[in-house]
Amino acid sequence: MNTITPSQYLPETQQQPGRHFRAEKFDFWSFFFSGLTGLATLFILGILAVILLNILINGWSAISWHFVSTIPKKDFFDASTTGVLPMIVGTTIRVFVMTIFVIPVGVITAIYLTEYAPNTALITRIIRAAVNNLAGVPSIVFGLFGLGFFINFIGKNMDALLHNPSAVWGQPALIWAALTLAVMTLPVVIVATEESLKAIPPGLREASLALGATKLETILRVVLPQALPGIMTGGILAVSRAAGEVAPILFTGVAYYMASLPSHLSDQFMDLGYHVFVLSTQSPNIEQTRPILYATVLVLLMLTFALNIVAIIIRARMRKKLRALG
Amino acid sequence: MGIHRGHRARPLEWLAEKFIFLVSLSTILMVFLIFLFVAREALPIFFGETDTALVQTVIPPDEADKLSPAQLQKYLELTPEQFASMDKDSLKALMEVKQEALDEIPEKFRNDPDARANTTDWHYLLLPHQWSDYDKPEYIWQPVGQIQKYNIVPLLVGTLKVTLIGLLFAVPLAVGAAIYVSQLARPRVREIVKPTIELLSGIPSVVVGFFALLIMATVLQKLFGYQTRLNAFVAGIALGFAVIPVIFSIAEDALTSVPRAYTQAALALGASRWQTAWQIVLPAALPGVFAAAVLGFGRAIGETMIVLMVCSASVMSWNIFDSARSITTTIAAEMAEAVSGGPHYRILFMLGALLFAATFVSNMIGGAVIERFKLKLEGKR
Amino acid sequence: MAAISIPRVAVDDNKATGSSGASLIEIEQLSLYYGASKALKNISLNLGEKIVTAFIGPSGCGKSTLLRCFNRMNDLIDNVRIEGAIKIGGHDIYTKDVDVIELRKRVGMVFQKSNPFPKSIYENVAYGLRLHGVKNKSALDEAVEKSLHQSALWDEVKDRLHASALGLSGGQQQRLCIARAIAIKPEIILMDEPASALDPIATTRIEELILNLKKDFTIVIVTHNMQQAARISDQTAFFYIGELVEFGPTAKIFTNPAQKRTEDYVTGRFG
Repeated sequence: MNTITPSQYLPETQQQPGRHFRAEKFDFWSFFFSGLTGLATLFILGILAVILLNILINGWSAISWHFVSTIPKKDFFDASTTGVLPMIVGTTIRVFVMTIFVIPVGVITAIYLTEYAPNTALITRIIRAAVNNLAGVPSIVFGLFGLGFFINFIGKNMDALLHNPSAVWGQPALIWAALTLAVMTLPVVIVATEESLKAIPPGLREASLALGATKLETILRVVLPQALPGIMTGGILAVSRAAGEVAPILFTGVAYYMASLPSHLSDQFMDLGYHVFVLSTQSPNIEQTRPILYATVLVLLMLTFALNIVAIIIRARMRKKLRALG
Repeated sequence: MGIHRGHRARPLEWLAEKFIFLVSLSTILMVFLIFLFVAREALPIFFGETDTALVQTVIPPDEADKLSPAQLQKYLELTPEQFASMDKDSLKALMEVKQEALDEIPEKFRNDPDARANTTDWHYLLLPHQWSDYDKPEYIWQPVGQIQKYNIVPLLVGTLKVTLIGLLFAVPLAVGAAIYVSQLARPRVREIVKPTIELLSGIPSVVVGFFALLIMATVLQKLFGYQTRLNAFVAGIALGFAVIPVIFSIAEDALTSVPRAYTQAALALGASRWQTAWQIVLPAALPGVFAAAVLGFGRAIGETMIVLMVCSASVMSWNIFDSARSITTTIAAEMAEAVSGGPHYRILFMLGALLFAATFVSNMIGGAVIERFKLKLEGKR
Repeated sequence: MAAISIPRVAVDDNKATGSSGASLIEIEQLSLYYGASKALKNISLNLGEKIVTAFIGPSGCGKSTLLRCFNRMNDLIDNVRIEGAIKIGGHDIYTKDVDVIELRKRVGMVFQKSNPFPKSIYENVAYGLRLHGVKNKSALDEAVEKSLHQSALWDEVKDRLHASALGLSGGQQQRLCIARAIAIKPEIILMDEPASALDPIATTRIEELILNLKKDFTIVIVTHNMQQAARISDQTAFFYIGELVEFGPTAKIFTNPAQKRTEDYVTGRFG
């Protein structure tokens, strides 16, 4: 019987018994491949840094207390008198009203999916598919939906029922913009909450159930308190996403100019993101507008980024804590 | 204390469970409602109920009785509710107004066949048409004017042009970075780089658009030396930035979910890290990477503000250095001036429905590919 | 809480009897399926009151599964189906009108991996009491102290009752879980390998605790440590691949088993 020895199929260089474990000669492909992917990473990070630094440097020199605390006159392109108070207020309120709707619905849906839903059932799969699809619907389509459903259907019918002489609810309004955003950010809240619910060790649920707690009691007393950081993360991510979105509110509530702050849910409002759009595309003199444009962008970015970073920190802490829990 | 109390003893528990279930159905309801209400506003286009003909046969007000209510409603372009709320005299008044309007149409349109055509007919929407003042058939989107031109082909071309440029730019970068971060980078580097790239998705698209408009457009023009400063190329690159974090996250996730047993087996056989990444991990994760690109496409095609800010002229051209107007941009820019319930309004909703369908399909494909990929990795198939 | 002894309707041949006193748990022809596979095969067994019964056998023999039938924790798993009956105090616990919640209040459980809630030590023990409607502060204090005494943890934690339970050592956490289980005064305590994750010293303390607890509770313990079964149990049941091979007084099982397979297992020839 013939036995094949390594000398018959291995190149000579690899057969010497005393061969040192020295690095091979320069490996071009390894260098090339690592370099290329590394460069791609660096490029992305570089662009991110350029965008942020550019905005930070230019915006910082233009921003002032007067700027963030002033309600501008009709001609808000004038750098010396303008301000963004109504935009900050408008963006904050629309996002706040949104959370009132999206967090309960999102959290309850996530609870259903992780705690109650039979995993293989058709209805569970349909709900999951719906969540995925909702996450992928273009933001402008949400805007159309808000116009077609909230304003033209719900709002107009409300006006008819209340016998309003002129349109109160059947027109763009704060509440409709907030609701449109709530529908849009629903998947964000669901996914984040689900993630934190899944991370809770099943042993805790078992312990509670074995003590004679009902499912609901277990969820309310053991599961939800544990998931709270995750739910907060989800809420913050939804808020930061919604704060920067312009397309969904274009037809559902944003105003080009308002002389006063919104005071009612049926009022229209001004918005930071939309204001950035207006300043950068409709300015009569872009060079003069540039400083206030940068300042507005910086305010918007601080709002969304601060929220994002808070969410990232909470999530990191939560993961650490859960890891300690086993 | 007996154990025989039965589930009826806890009605609250039962109610809560049903309530939770019902609330969770709201996601399905929302997807359904979005489809229903976007499609509802667009339906008259599909059923040929809109008419944009400029020149119509005048019906004298005193012949109102000869028409059926339905014909009258259509002639006066009223919604059923509006029609129902009007008495005979106001209808007559409207007919007089309409007669006057029709009488005032300039002479040059009276003999123009285009002025008698319904331009929301699908021929006009999809096929090139030789309009009266033109010397050859052309694709034209021009919804404002005496004769409204609603050919959607320039918008489709514009959308695809911008989206494809964006993807060609974003996919190699994002996938390259995903390979680097998941396979080659040291754990320390990965811990920092990954959340930083994901932070990019936290930049609102108006800010990306603003940056593209002010800075990138100038830089790219200097680099490539083309004519128009704002064009589809700039919009595409800016769009690419917006979708990089999406593609990166999904691709990175797919690459890391390849079992470590694979890579360790390869490394134990003496493969270098890049050989392992290129020959073992990437092929295994390919479906996931593909899905990342598909989902990135869905995100790019639906992005509105970037394209709206950077370029928006609807020219029919495949040249990437020409302007382009995407579907999203068209809806965003024109909805405000479209008359509610009019043909323009309905066509914009139709475009929205089209967009919804396109992203729905790309999400379904992307989602299904990822699900199969995960099942395969878990050895369930 | 006197056990109700019910005359058995059907006595079959492989019914194992080893209990000398009254039986609290009666298992009749129990089979359990995970989907299509049969995990427990026609098990019949009577477990006596206020004694320690040990379930032994190699991994995958169904001993933990059987244990989880007694408080219906298996209900939480999809695709589990049960045939036959389990009676506790004469009541079949698998009939439709049984309230699982009430059942679990009477049948407590301690798990393999200690699973204290991420709350304070006090709140962990008080959790079950609060669930069952105890709101009075002094009643809670008293019950918490008593349970911690019973689980031999009081002296170690009395100064830090409101510190997080997660700061305790593994053995202390497991004794806390026992305190939590006994605080609601169950009749039966199920223990699923309660000491398998602990070091020898902590294990000894748990074993001492179990011997003390049997004055007040009926204990069923699953273990794959045969010395442990020999040390603490009065009765032992040996399972093999879903079947009950032998059941009888612990001394007999370990010194003079009737079945060859039992002898092979307890002498360490397989398993």
